[in-house]
Amino acid sequence: MKDTPLSNCERTFLLKAIEERKRVDGRETYDYRNIKITFGMDYGFCIVDLGKTKVMSQVSCELAVPKETRPSEGILFTNVELSPMASPAFESNRQSDLLVKLNRQLERCLRTSKCFDMESLCVISGEKVWRINVDVHVLNHDGNLMDAVSIAAITSLSQFRRPEVSIQGRDVTVHTAEERDPVPLSIYHMPISVSFAFFQQGSYLLVDPNDREERVMEGLLVIAMNKHREICSIQSSGGIMLLKEQVLRCSKIASVKVSEITELIQKALENDKRARKDRGKFGFAESLPKERITALKTQEAPVEMKDIQETASAIISKAEVPLNTQAVRSPVVHAVGVGQVGEGVTSSWGLEEEEEEEEEEGDKEGEMEERTDKKKWKKGDVVVISDSEEEDVVMLNQ
Amino acid sequence: MAGIELLSDQGYRLDGRKATELRKVQAQMGVFGQADGSAYLEQGNTKVLAVVYGPHEVRGARSKIQHDRAVINCQYSMATFSTAERKRRPHGDRKSSEMSLHLKQTFEAAVLTQLYPRSQIDIYVKILQSDGGNYSACVNAATLAVIDAGIPMRDYVCACTAGFVDDTPLADLCHAEESGGGTSLAVALLPRGGQIALLQMDARLHQDHLDTLMEAAMTACKGVSKVLDEVVRQHLQETSVLTGE
Repeated sequence: MKDTPLSNCERTFLLKAIEERKRVDGRETYDYRNIKITFGMDYGFCIVDLGKTKVMSQVSCELAVPKETRPSEGILFTNVELSPMASPAFESNRQSDLLVKLNRQLERCLRTSKCFDMESLCVISGEKVWRINVDVHVLNHDGNLMDAVSIAAITSLSQFRRPEVSIQGRDVTVHTAEERDPVPLSIYHMPISVSFAFFQQGSYLLVDPNDREERVMEGLLVIAMNKHREICSIQSSGGIMLLKEQVLRCSKIASVKVSEITELIQKALENDKRARKDRGKFGFAESLPKERITALKTQEAPVEMKDIQETASAIISKAEVPLNTQAVRSPVVHAVGVGQVGEGVTSSWGLEEEEEEEEEEGDKEGEMEERTDKKKWKKGDVVVISDSEEEDVVMLNQ
Repeated sequence: MAGIELLSDQGYRLDGRKATELRKVQAQMGVFGQADGSAYLEQGNTKVLAVVYGPHEVRGARSKIQHDRAVINCQYSMATFSTAERKRRPHGDRKSSEMSLHLKQTFEAAVLTQLYPRSQIDIYVKILQSDGGNYSACVNAATLAVIDAGIPMRDYVCACTAGFVDDTPLADLCHAEESGGGTSLAVALLPRGGQIALLQMDARLHQDHLDTLMEAAMTACKGVSKVLDEVVRQHLQETSVLTGE
């Protein structure tokens, strides 16, 4: 299924707003959306919310034969899946350009930057090593999948624990979680990617574009860094021409953003560790009562209601009396459920006299009137509207 | 780096080059008769063939037609004998798809696609021998092929890789230097305006070194552009001599 195309007026509106340095969702140029990190019951599972973009990541491990060229190193396998529930444009079993880009970028971000110690994953050199699988699924696409995917992947890798292994000669025993505590991976650093969207031939850039901004952008620059100000990967895409100064400026902005996000991740990891130690409730069991799983629930924002009465009356007193209004007569209540405002206009439809009376009463009242009209009419009344002998127009009473 | 020393004390690299020296670039245009444009380029030991068809009617998916510009379709593949170990899957794997996307993006920025609405330009690149700098050699070869096909471009698109060892930037990396685990930056540049059409970097590099590394890569690209310019002028002279002008 194809994505709904963006209308021209929406496109011009977005571009015009960006020209005036305004973002549609009210953020500043270098602002990220709200990032929320939730962990699950198992080690190595996390869900990351970047605004409305929702991404889920799970890390698992298994024993495997190592590569011939590197017999004493573990294997890292990353896989990003675009679930069709994320966007109408995603179809299952289709290798789209976006999927290739995300996969390659995540691979480069994690594997070539050597973010964790692969040699510690070796069990028997040349025969058995641990293979770490990182599976990331995109659950909702609202722009900037790359950043969300990288945050999810590195967070779940940091939280993951693999089973403890003991070797006696050639026998390898894998201990379950009950026998021995699982061992965390030794993470050297956390590479996090920051996306910049370019507009107006590269003269204006935005950080963390949402879905709408992504559709009208001219190009994208993704910089992956860690908090030690080391750049792990740079990738430009979309066919824009960049200048060296722009790239250097982006890398400076990225270092600031990355340190903020790394702090957030560390805090989340610590909270999770604490919750597990205190045997508090965590994971999915807690997500329903705390309403964390509900994807797009907007948080309640408190509104100041104190001086509403005074402000309202002040506005009314200061307001000018509008000109050119006919004096509206106050309504007259004849009976319960019957009201009349004004005198009405004499009907020129040529109805019988009974009906003339009904017409007079409150033709400005609408519904209520109709109901009462019908009450007054006797059942079975037939109204002849026109005198013409050619047509017999009959209005049936309900 | 354990084992291989990428930069000796005297400043020589593995193949005897100095830090900022490029490999020998040799190229030939118009190698195929059938194609609209073709070129063969050797950058050191990396050998690449590029072929361009177009602009022609959009074949295949009707949905790809753009009403105001030409669509560029790139395919990157490596010959099975191009690497030390026989390559099982020459196309369709993730790395090839990513390279094809990058090539497409680079040329969409450089070619004046507005002159050919509702048409398609095909660029096919094949690596015959891979010794580092695959992407750069492909871009250089494709530039020559596009010029051979007579399709107007904004400027030459030159690409080169650069690395960083012992606080010294190295230009034009070979395979051993690329896979040694150090940084490698690939830049596709339009030399006259100094505009970067594609920027790709792998492996860790401290932010402060980014400036020097990019500067080295861009200088290397300008060097490559001189060579490409020479090749084009030579080819023009040869063909004009043959047609008796």
